[in-house]
Amino acid sequence: MTVGKDVSALFPDVVNCMQTDNLELKKLVYLYLMNYAKSQPDMAIMAVNTFVKDCEDPNPLIRALAVRTMGCIRVDKITEYLCEPLRKCLKDEDPYVRKTAAVCVAKLHDINAQLVEDQGFLDTLKDLISDSNPMVVANAVAALSEIAESHPSSNLLDLNPQSINKLLTALNECTEWGQIFILDCLANYMPKDDREAQSICERVTPRLSHANSAVVLSAVKVLMKFMEMLSKDLDYYGTLLKKLAPPLVTLLSAEPELQYVALRNINLIVQKRPEILKHEMKVFFVKYNDPIYVKLEKLDIMIRLASQANIAQVLAELKEYATEVDVDFVRKAVRAIGRCAIKVEQSAERCVSTLLDLIQTKVNYVVQEAIVVIKDIFRKYPNKYESVIATLCENLDSLDEPEARAAMIWIVGEYAERIDNADELLESFLEGFHDESTQVQLQLLTAIVKLFLKKPTETQELVQQVLSLATQDSDNPDLRDRGYIYWRLLSTDPVAAKEVVLAEKPLISEETDLIEPTLLDELICYIGTLASVYHKPPSAFVEGGRGVVHKSLPPRTASNESTESPEAAPAGAPTGEQPDVIPTQGDLLGDLLNLDLGPPVSGPPLATSSVQMGAVDLLGGGLDSLMGDEPEGIGDTNFGAPPAAAPARPGAPIGSGLSDLFDLTSGVGTLSGSYVAPKAVWLPAMKAKGLEISGTFTRQVGSISMDLQLTNKALQVMMDFAIQFNRNSFGLAPAAPLQVHAPLSPNQTVEISLPLNTVGSVMKMDPLNNLQVAVKNNIDIFYFSTLYPLHILFVEDGKMDRQMFLATWKDIPNENEAQFQIRDCPLNAEAVSSRLQSSNIFTIAKRNVEGQDMLYQSLKLTNGIWVLAELRIQPGNTSFTDLELSLKCRAPEVSPHVYQAYETILKN
Amino acid sequence: MSASAVFILDIKGKVFCEYFKELEEESIRDNFVIVYELLDELMDFGFPQTTDSKILQEYITQQGNKLETGKSRVPPTVTNAVSWRSEGLKYKKNEVFIDVIESVNLLVNANGSVLLSEIVGSIKLKVFLSGMPELRLGLNDRVLFELTGLSGSKNKSVELEDVKFHQCVRLSRFDNDRTISFIPPDGDFELMSYRLSTQVKPLIWIESIIEKFSHSRVEIMVKAKGQFKKQSVANGVEISVPVPSDADSPRFKTSVGSAKYVPEKNVVIWSIKSFPGGKEYLMRAHFGLPSVEKEEVDGRPPIGVKFEIPYFTVSGIQVRYMKIIEKSGYQALPWVRYITQSGDYQLRTS
Repeated sequence: MTVGKDVSALFPDVVNCMQTDNLELKKLVYLYLMNYAKSQPDMAIMAVNTFVKDCEDPNPLIRALAVRTMGCIRVDKITEYLCEPLRKCLKDEDPYVRKTAAVCVAKLHDINAQLVEDQGFLDTLKDLISDSNPMVVANAVAALSEIAESHPSSNLLDLNPQSINKLLTALNECTEWGQIFILDCLANYMPKDDREAQSICERVTPRLSHANSAVVLSAVKVLMKFMEMLSKDLDYYGTLLKKLAPPLVTLLSAEPELQYVALRNINLIVQKRPEILKHEMKVFFVKYNDPIYVKLEKLDIMIRLASQANIAQVLAELKEYATEVDVDFVRKAVRAIGRCAIKVEQSAERCVSTLLDLIQTKVNYVVQEAIVVIKDIFRKYPNKYESVIATLCENLDSLDEPEARAAMIWIVGEYAERIDNADELLESFLEGFHDESTQVQLQLLTAIVKLFLKKPTETQELVQQVLSLATQDSDNPDLRDRGYIYWRLLSTDPVAAKEVVLAEKPLISEETDLIEPTLLDELICYIGTLASVYHKPPSAFVEGGRGVVHKSLPPRTASNESTESPEAAPAGAPTGEQPDVIPTQGDLLGDLLNLDLGPPVSGPPLATSSVQMGAVDLLGGGLDSLMGDEPEGIGDTNFGAPPAAAPARPGAPIGSGLSDLFDLTSGVGTLSGSYVAPKAVWLPAMKAKGLEISGTFTRQVGSISMDLQLTNKALQVMMDFAIQFNRNSFGLAPAAPLQVHAPLSPNQTVEISLPLNTVGSVMKMDPLNNLQVAVKNNIDIFYFSTLYPLHILFVEDGKMDRQMFLATWKDIPNENEAQFQIRDCPLNAEAVSSRLQSSNIFTIAKRNVEGQDMLYQSLKLTNGIWVLAELRIQPGNTSFTDLELSLKCRAPEVSPHVYQAYETILKN
Repeated sequence: MSASAVFILDIKGKVFCEYFKELEEESIRDNFVIVYELLDELMDFGFPQTTDSKILQEYITQQGNKLETGKSRVPPTVTNAVSWRSEGLKYKKNEVFIDVIESVNLLVNANGSVLLSEIVGSIKLKVFLSGMPELRLGLNDRVLFELTGLSGSKNKSVELEDVKFHQCVRLSRFDNDRTISFIPPDGDFELMSYRLSTQVKPLIWIESIIEKFSHSRVEIMVKAKGQFKKQSVANGVEISVPVPSDADSPRFKTSVGSAKYVPEKNVVIWSIKSFPGGKEYLMRAHFGLPSVEKEEVDGRPPIGVKFEIPYFTVSGIQVRYMKIIEKSGYQALPWVRYITQSGDYQLRTS
């Protein structure tokens, strides 16, 4: 059985041996039963008789053994028979049997809770708390605590001042393990005021002198918990603090494994109440022969205890550790130096010089680690230690870890204006862009954008390169998104981009690695258990129903000091003491644009909101400033929005991105712009010696563009492209020359977004929206004509004032009114309105007449012609509606085209 | 979920050791039945129960145990308030041996400043007493002296920083009036341990110069100085000095004692049988180094020192009295012995 073989077939034979009078054999038979009763429940019944008999054996050892074993047999049929013997054993004259029976109640409750309640065992168990024998009391307490944990609602351990008093008395007489049960139970009690808390503390403190570390830790737990309730002004509070330190230090003289448990717990205690161990820094100094897990934990505590008073000593130690040979330990030591710099401001300078010394050692991992922490120091103390940058740059080539590379790139980007060859440095990283890890790629993108904003003249090419690398060639959505954000920012409003990207960053706080306060409070309640070693609440690693009860510290009693436990903090109270661990939303945006090195803090909701902010910025004021205030900015920077449809087309050809860069007015994507028809072939290849042109028109935030796709279906290379428009009804003309950068080789396709304006010469065409185009390349000149949808001409300020609308409507003669029908539109009035709005057809008023929605709308064309519309929406069959459109315009010839625009917008 | 399993595992290890002398895979295999019986008694449903090996031995015996009436009963001790001592013990000669053992932990920086110096003391008892005696131990505890007004007198007292007691000591009583009163278990046990972090002069001070000439040799010079009273003598002093792992051809010169190269630990051990206080000794060592340097880097292990000084405690702690009271009123003799020894005694090298 114990070597893993299935011997359940021997069940009947083994059961026959049960009645032996050899104690050792009996124990083994019982062990066999515990293992196999579940697989043979029917046979197991055979054993019941013997159990019942054994429960009445004159020898208490046998009685206890029987009741203990029965509890371990988890077969429903047997549990029924267990009740009677158990009841007897709970009242047994021998305390050994009683204490075993007490635990058995907990076992039974785990199998069948209802049965235990029905049989009234819980009450008997409660009575045992008043038993004369302390061991029985302890086990009864343990059993009740266990049961109470799975039934948080039931008030089993009815803890009141009287019962607490009884427990405290029993505490003095119990065995060590019994003391732990009682202390753990006490920890769950909530004293009614600080006086009671103090008196319990006074009676628990002697336990701190117990030789058993587990007893000490349980006592520490009770004290840490009840200390919450004591006012800091109280003398006793100070006494208690003093009493807590020595036992914690003594825990460290045990074996390394026990030391580790103690250190993990001390780590929690130090975070909660650093004052307890503030003078004991020395005991956490690392010894040469400490195992690595003890070393790392000690280091962590050292940093938490570091203060102005002891920093010199700590730094000397850390420097010593940083020259050891164990790589993990050395890394952590270097990091610790950085954390000290951030934590103790006065020491920052020394820390930086220590780090520089370490960089001089040229030990690869030391240098890398040092650079990572220096980056953090820069973030904490901006504009203070930049003189070291030169030294850092010397070590650029030796960096091979992503985190160090990213840190270095961040530093270069952040201080680009002070580093003469910043562009060269960043360019050198850019060469292997695709081989870098995401962290480095993101950082490189941001750094180059920063560099560009600081030194726009020299770095234009670099930034274009990185933007196209990030948006066109990367499969990483984060990188692409960030690339697009920058791109759009730069293309819409460089000034705003500067404000966003170079925004002042929030200073990082020292406590970024602290355990979150509510979790810390919960963990304090689990001192001395596995939760305190894992630093995770039990619910995170205990399966099943147990451990779901969330423990929390008692609320602080009202006193004039500021609250420490978060649940007790009144709303709006000054939270000066609370470390600013989680950045606010604003920080997050800063983080998104600036820094990527910190821990990933963004929760999903924050992330979405920041994205929305970006989007709003894109579509809002950007346009006006671009068009109006800053024309020279556009000319200089020559930025275009990224290609509208690129995100949807991962396989887009390489060339287009570059040309797009120079397309000032290209679309910003379809997210809320006007409707864009799919590309149609305008010029088939056979008519143009192998050049195929297809395209469509878009209007995005005020700019019209013609999105072209040129395909070379000939066998020779095409180059020297140019485009020209014939005069047309609305004066559409290219706003920039057609830029096809690389020659177009056979079977290659490029996508180009050609910005258009409406300042060309006007000639009325027939049909009105006809556009004649000439395209030239090295082979020939080709002509084609296409019809553009009128809605690309609808301008953004086409919303007419209400009064104005009424007046104009009346003013326009009735013969100018045209009526149209749009059948089977899949939208309701709301959707119609919003859909049209995104194409700059504005709803001015809405009425409901006899169950039909009437929308009154206005729009304005680029040449200033107003079109007024009355849209009657009739509910049609099922989800479709029929629309009746009346258009009034001083130039009635546009009406049919406006109607067509309506129809395309609504039906697509 | 209950008290850290590590603690109970530690205890289990100790209990098994008491049963099998050595705890290893084989001994567990061989003694499966006893292991099972012990686990059964130690823990019930995850709750630690009785972990005192002496008491366990009373009813879980190594040999097969025939169940006869009257035999193999639960010793009442298991559930008694005094769960560590059986009743009815009888000795012809009633004696208590008290060992006061102090270990000195020291951590010294490479530049010679003391980083950490603490004394971990322990008072161990070997009890051969009949019946259920009630013992009271008196120490020159400063807090006690202050309580009783003795502090003014010329008695030297010691401030114990943290005291830990065996479970037999009445903790609440100690907390009230610093009285150490208890009913002892039978035989050997550690009554209490204490810790002092008062700075004391390092008992054996080491100065070392380790010069490493790459590709050729290492030269080591170690000076040891006994910084304790002239009357005392440190026995079995062992000073281990680290040497590079690729060192060869050792040569030594010592003013006293002998030096030995232990290649598997990469140290030279300089042992001095007896080292009187106030004396100063010297050791020189010379090693060759290969001309081809090895790849991996050595750490910088510290110099370690082991010693034992009898009849002396660094802290100055003293047993003032040991009162033994038993119903039968026998006379018992307490014997006291003091020893100071090295604990974790490390001096970092540069």
